Amino acid sequence: MTTQAVLQVRDLHKTYNGNQVLKGVEFDINKGQVKAVLGPSGSGKSTMLRLMALLEPADSGEILLKGSRIGSREHKGKVLHLPERALAIQRQEVGMVFQRFNLFPHLSAERNVMLGLTSVKGISHHEARAQAREMLQKVGLDNRADHYPSELSGGQQQRVAIARALVMNPSVMLFDEPTSALDPELVGEVLEVMENLAESGMTMIVVTHEVRFARRVANQVTLFDGGVIVEQAEPEQFFENPQHERTRKFLSHVH
Amino acid sequence: MFFDPNIFFEQLVSVDYIKGAALSVAVAIVALILATVIGFFMAIGRTAKQPYLRAPAHFYVWFFRAIPALLVLLIMWNALPQMIPALRADWFSPFIAASVGLGLVEAAFMSEIIRSALLSVDDGQALAGRALGMSPAKVMIKVVLPQAIRIALPPTGNEFIGLIKYSSLASVISLRELLTTAQVGVNITFRYAEYYAAAIVYYLVIVTILSFLQNRLEKKFAWTSKTAKVKKTAEPVVATQVGIS
Repeated sequence: MTTQAVLQVRDLHKTYNGNQVLKGVEFDINKGQVKAVLGPSGSGKSTMLRLMALLEPADSGEILLKGSRIGSREHKGKVLHLPERALAIQRQEVGMVFQRFNLFPHLSAERNVMLGLTSVKGISHHEARAQAREMLQKVGLDNRADHYPSELSGGQQQRVAIARALVMNPSVMLFDEPTSALDPELVGEVLEVMENLAESGMTMIVVTHEVRFARRVANQVTLFDGGVIVEQAEPEQFFENPQHERTRKFLSHVH
Repeated sequence: MFFDPNIFFEQLVSVDYIKGAALSVAVAIVALILATVIGFFMAIGRTAKQPYLRAPAHFYVWFFRAIPALLVLLIMWNALPQMIPALRADWFSPFIAASVGLGLVEAAFMSEIIRSALLSVDDGQALAGRALGMSPAKVMIKVVLPQAIRIALPPTGNEFIGLIKYSSLASVISLRELLTTAQVGVNITFRYAEYYAAAIVYYLVIVTILSFLQNRLEKKFAWTSKTAKVKKTAEPVVATQVGIS
């Protein structure tokens, strides 16, 4: 059996206020693959994640999930964006972890994880609670289930956020600079959870500044700059023998 | 003629005053509920992108913020029944006219409170809800509203107290609420000080109770595990709340 593409991005364009952020991005990720996306701030990498999570419409281009188009459809040669309700259904397939966690402050850790199950999947409170507990255990926070976000450290909040996305059983997990808002001593615990997740076979796209994580955990590393993908290679080659001058320059800054 | 404590205490425990106070509170409660419901939709309208939603909401707030509540009550009670025969029936009581009239005016103010509360919720919250696959309605009900309510609570308490006092305007449409009760008594006995003092005591008691209730309500929105532990004893209730969704 050949490897199956979970998410494919074709010729993606996005402009904000006349500012071209994405200029024709092409991107594939196969089942079980972990892609690290590096690049300077403002290079469009976070925008690409938001488009793939269907949180914003692309100007043009298409996104395919397991071979079928999501987010928009073509009708008589015109691209139509799907209505919010239809997008909501497709979003369940794509898990998203935000830089600033975005946990729901009015809900305990456990209820943060349960909310998607009860309000989107219609799972009973009892069953959702069991699944939430299991997921919190996976991220090492079953003893913090009753705590509210304000009572958790940044690292713990981000782990709850990962559990919240994961419990929906998505086909792919997107991480938007998941450790950038954390104190340095809290970065490790989040990366560890992500590494375990990668080992369990989850398909992941990780926008990050953590070069060491990219090198150790990712199967493929991508450099984003100026709204396009500059270089895409396996970690070994990407870091030891980059093909593009732009990549060499970027690596010399972050090393 | 000095202050006669006997007359004061007699009035303080009289059925008329208790009825009047109850009527004032009832008008305020009905008006606030109406104002919150209308105000919520006006707030949604004013924050919407579509001009056909914004314009009517904008008009409503503009109109009812400009018109004095007293004039609205007079229109409700005198002008509307002239124009609409259905309102000449018995069911259209001063109580209904006052509650609806004050509710319509208050809705304009509530919509501003609710609008600012909705806007104060971090954008990342709705984003996280949408990313989970929640429909727009679910995002509003489960994620944004609970957080907005906490912010809207203190100013809403203010508005409620304001409505208790505004209910005295309903004397012009012959509703015997608290202040009218005092005034009617004064007109018969000319014991101004005793009757007004009794009214003051009632207003103070009402607002004290309200402040106490508001305080308790705000504590429920503390979002810490301490309140969560108290809630544990009432787990089945909480469970059904989430289960309905």
